Amino acid sequence: MKVLMKGNEALAEAAIRSGCRHFFGYPITPQTELAAYMSKRMPKIGGTYLQAESEIAAVNMVLGASAAGVRAMTSSSSPGISLKSEGISYMAGSDLPALIINVQRGGPGLGGIQPSQADYWQATKATGHGDFQILVFAPSTVQEMVDLVSGAFDAADRWRMPAMILADGMLGQMMEPVTLPEEDGKPLPEKDWCANGHQDRREHHVINSLYLTPDKLEDLVVERYKRYEQVKAQEQRAEEYLVEDADTVIVAYGASSRVVRSAVNKAREQGRKVGLIRPITLWPFPVDALQKAAAHARNFLVVEMSMGQMVDDVKLSIDCKVPVHFFGRTGGIIPTPAEVLGEIEKLA
Amino acid sequence: MPIVFQKPRALTDAPLHYCPGCTHGIVHRLVAQAMDELGIEGRTVGVASVGCSVMCYDYFACDMVQAPHGRAQAVATGLKRARPDNVVFTYQGDGDLAAIGTAETVHAATRGENITVIFINNAIYGMTGGQMAPTSLPGQITQTTPYGRDTDTAGYPVKVCELLSTLDGVAFAQRVTVDSVKNVNTARKAIKKAFQNQLDGKGYSIVEVLSTCPTNWGLSPVESLQWLRENMLPYYPLGVYKDVDQGVKKGGGAL
Repeated sequence: MKVLMKGNEALAEAAIRSGCRHFFGYPITPQTELAAYMSKRMPKIGGTYLQAESEIAAVNMVLGASAAGVRAMTSSSSPGISLKSEGISYMAGSDLPALIINVQRGGPGLGGIQPSQADYWQATKATGHGDFQILVFAPSTVQEMVDLVSGAFDAADRWRMPAMILADGMLGQMMEPVTLPEEDGKPLPEKDWCANGHQDRREHHVINSLYLTPDKLEDLVVERYKRYEQVKAQEQRAEEYLVEDADTVIVAYGASSRVVRSAVNKAREQGRKVGLIRPITLWPFPVDALQKAAAHARNFLVVEMSMGQMVDDVKLSIDCKVPVHFFGRTGGIIPTPAEVLGEIEKLA
Repeated sequence: MPIVFQKPRALTDAPLHYCPGCTHGIVHRLVAQAMDELGIEGRTVGVASVGCSVMCYDYFACDMVQAPHGRAQAVATGLKRARPDNVVFTYQGDGDLAAIGTAETVHAATRGENITVIFINNAIYGMTGGQMAPTSLPGQITQTTPYGRDTDTAGYPVKVCELLSTLDGVAFAQRVTVDSVKNVNTARKAIKKAFQNQLDGKGYSIVEVLSTCPTNWGLSPVESLQWLRENMLPYYPLGVYKDVDQGVKKGGGAL
């Protein structure tokens, strides 16, 4: 049965149906409906909704709950994610799974409250200090917001690393019909590493990111990067739309990919061979799909709601073998299909 | 031969790294003793903070989590909300609890989180080499107050027990010290009570322990205890600041 839901609320309901019972948040536009939904639902199902004193406290509550072995999450929007970066780095350094949702708005600073994709670099390159990565998923519809949540929790548990859903104010605020998954009630993964009291049955567990001996710290980071290589091999995902015969391949994710899809359809009506690669995972970046397309494409065009961030990863993925062009709007402005079509025409 | 005295079971065999004369060792023992006496080590999770005591995760035999600087009580909140049957405590210094972690402290307290907080107040940042702490005394010379803490520019010390005892969510707040056998015994009882309160579901309990830092105070261990008595005790009076068992109920007002 389909129900009409706002993106932010759909994310929350999907998290609950994925077995999450611990949400720690702090109000910020345009993600607040997510927290409000949790405050309504969690008390009814024996879960925890806690409005923290800050985003910093909220992410550290997630750290604590995750260390205790439960599925825990927080959500925020761009300025709040900056505050969470400390906790995300500590969770990565302590090999703790968690889900963090960023419903992006314009920046830098307080920026604006309209949709943006200007946190791409933050999400994929530097969510906090130190050598580490987090999983980053980029939904483009409300249905996909629902669909990605459970997989993001599972991947975070599987790889013992934080996962982020990088949405934006448009997806968070818009309503679309969605099919919600039934809660399957299957047991969540066993976490034999967690700190939930040794009950006199095992050695004490220490959840920690401090290693004062350089050799030991280097070894741990190198081990983590070996795991990241496996993640890259197994988790990268992208949707390919009319790419097979395309001369021009547009790369766009999230809200901007919806605009691009319209522009691609228009261009095809005009007889132009244009396709879309839509990254679903931003880290790991879907390098394979891009390399495959680079074998036949004459041009790449990257469309983002930023001054151009993902465009760097596109260039790196294809080793600059094909010219990579960029079109972006920023500050909370969503590009129009006509604007994108104009860019396509320039490349013809 | 009968055993009449031994190391608490809740301390590991790891050698402590603390400087000679530092009182962390005594307080570690008292916390471990409380776990032993209450039989709770197996279901206790401790939260280590950032400062000299960061490596207490190697010393306490219960499960441990190391928190970012100042965030111990937020981490403890997550641990306790996730597993209410676990006993959760934080072990924090003055920089961690009363400077960078002030918001986390005040809000865990005002929410009445059912956790136990052990607060080491030695009026200085120990691990980074002796800078001014939020609890450094007026006139106190530190690395970053070389002319003495000037209250005109550096303000006044934070009196944590006094501050927190005004909050309705706090069940128990007591300030103790460990400069003498008598005071160690008082501290032992206070720490045990702070754990017992959690087992009884009474809510947020904090024990502030006035402590020494001979290395960064530039004094011998014996002189440090004397300095503590002469300077810290007058500014930070010992005693119970709040106790729901003694006529002040949670949420305010007389019982």
